[in-house]
Amino acid sequence: MKKSKQFWPFVVGALLIYIVVQVLITNGMLNQFYSNTLIFIAINIILAVSLHLVIGITGQFSIGHAGFLAVGAYISAIITMKLDLPFIVAIIVGGLVAAVAGLIVGIPSLRLKGDYLAIATLGFAEIIRIVFLNIDYVGGAAGMQVSKLTTWTYAFVCLFITILVIVNFTNSRHGIAAISVRENEIASDAMGINTTYYKVVAFAIGSFFAGVAGALFSHNFYIIQPGQFGFLKSFDILIFVVLGGLGSLSGAVLSAILLTVVSTYLQGYPETRMIIYSLVLIIVMLYRPKGLMGTMEITDYFKLWRTPKGGGQNGK
Amino acid sequence: MENKPLLEVKNAGIQFGGLKAVQNLNIVLNQGELVGLIGPNGAGKTTSFNLLTGVYVPTEGDILFEGKRINGLAPYKVTRKGISRTFQNIRLFNELSVLDNVKVAYHSLATHSILSSVLRLPSHFKGELEMEEKSIEFLKIFSLDKYKDELAKNLPYGQQRRLEIARALAAGPKLLLLDEPAAGMNPQETKDLMDLIGFIREKFDLTILLIEHDMNLVMGVCERIYVLDHGQLLAEGSPEEIRNNPKVIEAYLGEEVHDDNA
Repeated sequence: MKKSKQFWPFVVGALLIYIVVQVLITNGMLNQFYSNTLIFIAINIILAVSLHLVIGITGQFSIGHAGFLAVGAYISAIITMKLDLPFIVAIIVGGLVAAVAGLIVGIPSLRLKGDYLAIATLGFAEIIRIVFLNIDYVGGAAGMQVSKLTTWTYAFVCLFITILVIVNFTNSRHGIAAISVRENEIASDAMGINTTYYKVVAFAIGSFFAGVAGALFSHNFYIIQPGQFGFLKSFDILIFVVLGGLGSLSGAVLSAILLTVVSTYLQGYPETRMIIYSLVLIIVMLYRPKGLMGTMEITDYFKLWRTPKGGGQNGK
Repeated sequence: MENKPLLEVKNAGIQFGGLKAVQNLNIVLNQGELVGLIGPNGAGKTTSFNLLTGVYVPTEGDILFEGKRINGLAPYKVTRKGISRTFQNIRLFNELSVLDNVKVAYHSLATHSILSSVLRLPSHFKGELEMEEKSIEFLKIFSLDKYKDELAKNLPYGQQRRLEIARALAAGPKLLLLDEPAAGMNPQETKDLMDLIGFIREKFDLTILLIEHDMNLVMGVCERIYVLDHGQLLAEGSPEEIRNNPKVIEAYLGEEVHDDNA
């Protein structure tokens, strides 16, 4: 099967990227700033790809992803800082608790469609933020001190697993079922697909990885505050997915990298930062209205290059 | 066992607010029959299909499939019990390939779990391969296998209709509900389609209930016909009986002008 042929090149490629960066870091050729940026990129890719599963694949317009990020961030911080358990436990438990939160939110709200679901998820994310704001155990508005434990290795392994799980899910019968829900829910139901089940599963998997990203996020900045998980954060993640092209995983990855680099670079110009950032978004949307990649994957382009005659197939 | 009907609709009806869209619907389908459901626009044909497939829950009456009540079941459960359908306005998964469209329908017959797919266990590959082979078989029956990697939305209209039937078939039904399968087709395409429906009926031992506006088609292939008008059953019988039924003629052509001199 053609899809499994992409698997081993992907694993080898990932390993190469990891080793090269790790060597550069240990040799001191990448300073703290760059390695932090790389970790930040990895976290953003995890967020983008996990939301891609919910919006791009299953077609459920959820804009409360920062809520699950917050759950993962706070739960993992409690585990390492208050309970003194190892970081790896914190990552896993952070993800699991976020997944449970995803189930609790998803089961009732995934009956809603389109705008209504968006509002419900947005509202949920705000509830989470305000809950943490009012719990003194986690520092309330002042935030919670977290020691820096996230390294390139942790970030990369989590990223690798995230992409692997979501790609494998998407390329299986379960992924096709989820896409059928996106494409036509009534027909999907009529073909024997338990649409609610797949919506909830996609939501829970997406939430799990958002929680994992939260664990990496909270252990990367020394401090977490509820304000970091507001709806602007949710929109940042949404922008990765939309800009990359709804339904394209490689698009989500690319735009997460691009936008993280742009916004990191622009931190040196705080006055013009948001203007330039918005301009980048506007320009991309003008010239690529379906997102950077449309619904295509990077691997589709390789196929087109290999078979010059096939160029017209994906046109209108 | 033999004289037990496959599908039995007893006085089923549905009311939307004050509007009785369908009432007192009584349909009996025996194993292996090809039955037509006709009626003027707005008579409640598609609503009846929606009742049978669980899209609507009947507000009165019962629907029995193989002797068991199915009203109130979710549509996907009805499909898994063995009732599969096509749609009047085509509802394909446009951004999926032709092959994947059929795979979706075959989905509920496959067993490999999410975990096995995520971990790429042998059962995942075995299941996916079987799914692919089975789906291609269905595509071959409808001569769609050459389009298998094409996106469904890029197929010509007639082929999209055929793909819908192929997809409905892949769900493994005992009863197939076809909602205007020949709509928008030219006479030649319609004839090919009817031959095909006859063929799959034999091959898969299907019972078929067909909504159609093309009278030649309905009269030509159906063994029995139900006529709906204003949400009520108007007549039932063989094509010959229906053709000569004054009530049916009236519903379709309006009241006959009476010749008082006769």
